[in-house]
Amino acid sequence: MFQSAGERSFPLPSQIAAAAGAEGWESMYPYFTRFQPEDDQRFWFYNAMHFPEVIPAFDGITSEIPYTAIGANTARLFSFPTTMGIEYRILNGRVYITANAVTDPARIQERLTDFQERAGHYYANWDELYIGWQQRIEALIAEIEAVEVPRLQELDDLSVVTGARGYATNHLLRENFHRCVDLYSKMWHHHTEFLMLGYGAYVVFFEFCRNAFPEIGDQMVARMVAGMDVTMYQPDEELKKLAALAVELDLADLFVEGGEPAKVLAALGERGDAGARWLAALEEAKDPWFHVSVGDGFYHHHLSWSDDLTVPFAALPRYVEQIRGGADLTRPTKRLAEERERIAQEYRALLGGDEEKAAFDQMLGLCRQVFPYIESHKFYCEHWFTTRFFQKIRAFGGLLADRGVLAEAEDVFHLRHTEVEDALADVQLAWASGGTELGARHWQPIVDERKRIVAALTGWSPPPALGPVPEALNDPAVQMLWGVTDETVQTWLGGNELDEKVVRGYAASPGVVEGVARVLESVNEIGQIREGEVLVCAVTAPSWGPVFGKIAAAVSDIGGTMSHAAIVAREYGMPAVVGTGQATTRIRTGDRVRVDGDRGIVTILG
Amino acid sequence: MSAPVTSVQPVLEFARIGRDDVPSAGGKGASLGELLRAGVRVPDGFVVTTAAFRDAMGVLADEVGRRVAGLDPGDADRLAAETAEIRQLVESAPPPTPVADAVLAGYARLSAEAGQPDLPVAVRSSATSEDSAEASFAGLQDTYLWVHGGQSVLDHVRRCWASLYSVESVTYRLRRGIPETDLAMAVVVQQMVGARSSGVMFTRSPQTGDRSVIALDASWGLGSAVVGGDVTPDSFVVNKVTGEIVRRTVATKTCWHQPDPSGHGIVEAEVPTQLRDVPSVDDEEIAELVAIARRVEAHYGCPQDIEWAVSRTAPRGENVFLLQSRPETVWAEKDAARHQTAPAARPFDHVFSMLGGRRPSGG
Repeated sequence: MFQSAGERSFPLPSQIAAAAGAEGWESMYPYFTRFQPEDDQRFWFYNAMHFPEVIPAFDGITSEIPYTAIGANTARLFSFPTTMGIEYRILNGRVYITANAVTDPARIQERLTDFQERAGHYYANWDELYIGWQQRIEALIAEIEAVEVPRLQELDDLSVVTGARGYATNHLLRENFHRCVDLYSKMWHHHTEFLMLGYGAYVVFFEFCRNAFPEIGDQMVARMVAGMDVTMYQPDEELKKLAALAVELDLADLFVEGGEPAKVLAALGERGDAGARWLAALEEAKDPWFHVSVGDGFYHHHLSWSDDLTVPFAALPRYVEQIRGGADLTRPTKRLAEERERIAQEYRALLGGDEEKAAFDQMLGLCRQVFPYIESHKFYCEHWFTTRFFQKIRAFGGLLADRGVLAEAEDVFHLRHTEVEDALADVQLAWASGGTELGARHWQPIVDERKRIVAALTGWSPPPALGPVPEALNDPAVQMLWGVTDETVQTWLGGNELDEKVVRGYAASPGVVEGVARVLESVNEIGQIREGEVLVCAVTAPSWGPVFGKIAAAVSDIGGTMSHAAIVAREYGMPAVVGTGQATTRIRTGDRVRVDGDRGIVTILG
Repeated sequence: MSAPVTSVQPVLEFARIGRDDVPSAGGKGASLGELLRAGVRVPDGFVVTTAAFRDAMGVLADEVGRRVAGLDPGDADRLAAETAEIRQLVESAPPPTPVADAVLAGYARLSAEAGQPDLPVAVRSSATSEDSAEASFAGLQDTYLWVHGGQSVLDHVRRCWASLYSVESVTYRLRRGIPETDLAMAVVVQQMVGARSSGVMFTRSPQTGDRSVIALDASWGLGSAVVGGDVTPDSFVVNKVTGEIVRRTVATKTCWHQPDPSGHGIVEAEVPTQLRDVPSVDDEEIAELVAIARRVEAHYGCPQDIEWAVSRTAPRGENVFLLQSRPETVWAEKDAARHQTAPAARPFDHVFSMLGGRRPSGG
């Protein structure tokens, strides 16, 4: 299946040295993430979509666990005929992946029989199983929220003795930490439970449309399929409600451009009953709707709205102003639904014959059946659950800092999860013995060194792929699992010849505009965005939606055309190019850029 | 659908013609009448019918028929000489008075309605045959632009008739054994549009056959520059469903066709520098053209190949005209061969057949 390494080859893993100043980065990750000599024979590509940044040691869990789950589903539960799971490696802090394709026809046939039985069961009972899924995922969220981070006191609580619990609280350090990891693992199994089957339905419809309409873009297919996605839009809807309430309670004057959340909250506290009512409404909205991460749920530092109010408070002044101006901000779901139906019916009418129309109806119907899952699972999994998960880990970091093992709570994210268990054992022992934790001397230099390494790795430009190019990536299941097609690889191969003024990505939302770029290093700078600017950032998370009203176009380093950010951009009718991999490093604030959302090209004009 | 015009009137206005009138008005004439019925703006005009042709040939028909029948398609020299003589005969024979009067009256009425004496018109042959090969010999080359004056119109009508006796046309009939008695031709006389810009549209992609897009080529001046390939036109691809312009290529347009300053015919000239790299149609005009194309396609029920023009003088909103529309033929044949997916027993069976290890060639 693979050509020998020759002209059509990317650098080999073994040829890549440690980034300057980052020697020893390997110690941040488990041994099974390291490239092996024989890996030079295989094709790997950089998973920039999920892992656009250097992975801190703890955040290694966000590749380790998802890949245990997704592969288990495709390879061992549903028996996808042509693919097992994904293998991953880490190189200079970046995740590279490859899929294990099944190529032996006899084995494919065997797996197909099982696939039909197993996947068939899920498709045939989809709606009922999906209800069960929602109950299971909500139960998991309740469990993670209930995990207690123990408080170690001079003496354990009297009730532990009088209730004859039988074990002291230091025991719970490891048990409860471990529960967080276990629940996170379970969450990921549930995350991938329906996902590949859902994508399968989508890919089938997409291929059908491509055959019937060779020039159709995936945006258009997505527009026919997309549901009203109530879940991912709800945080934005909550903000609009809060803005309306501010106007109603005569608090609009407090919401002005550039206002810092803490100061706005303080000012609200001085506005008597009206201020109190608004603050109560805010608390009400927060749980769960502010548990949206400003990223995609793969990095601990992509905080949620509930951790940091910067994003929602940057959006509120505009909503307040619009509501005062008499604007109706209600999401026009009826019009959107009608438009979706109109587009689908017009494409259907252009098909050749009744047979083909009947096949179109079947495939579109199946897509629309599976799509509510594809759209809403992200809020439950990557946002709500993951926000709670990182909050718990941060609290364990607080405990380690209180006990002097770490200098500060955030440092916990520079330890691997297995190392956190070691550090907790240290605390368990010290509390039990009446001695002192030994971790300060051990962990704090390691944390300092890793902070330095992460900074050094950040400057490294990862090659888009490694190893010999496969002859053809034409298996739909492998493409689906990878998110990479032949065309993608060809673009990467031609990467060196590309104009340095051009940044390429996925065409996420149509339209062409020119404007002045505003490059945001982090979401905390969101208040800097001015009306009509082109937003350039690492991740355009759905939670940034509210600021979309202000900008002319969006460009991101990561994301695909089916990402929520892309769907939100389309709904705002704003051009977007996502998944460029390098927009934030190539474009500078103040550059004039042209964003071509039809072709996925950003041109730096000067 | 209305009944065909059964009369043998020598001249019929576009408004009185429909798609079933091919026998009397020819394909082009019938199509222009039909477009008008569909509510599409076409430059006004009339058709000199096949009845007029037969009247005009009258006494000549027997002699001409005999001479053609006596020709050998293999004898190129004699064929060329004989057909030249026949054409001379047809062009110079004065048409019967009722026919000449009807053409002159039709032209006078058209000029009066346009409010312009000696109105410039296009005179084009309009073949009755559905055989596209024959039509291309007998008609398509015969287009005379920017003709004006009643007598000149009449002269050009006769030239169109004479074109039936071109070497190619006669050879074709002889080789196919088509009898001369079946011969008929109509001629379209149509007001010229002083075109600021013009071009062609396909209501499917000429490259991929995709029926969800409209491909539009446009350039400055008269459409003959685009149709004749004298200029690389601006090119646009528009999504039918959303109206979005999905691709736009603005070409450097160096040459244009304009009416000859002498008053007759057209000349090729250089496009002024300041216009060369400017799009020859704006988005609003593209949107209107696309809307018209969709209406025409829906009216005929199949993809169309359309010629259009944007008037230099008419006000916006009334300045877009169609000059011609005919069924697209290239992809129509390929459609029949394209694999069409059939419905499955259960919707998710489609997933099984796709993910079940189908390995396209090269895998």
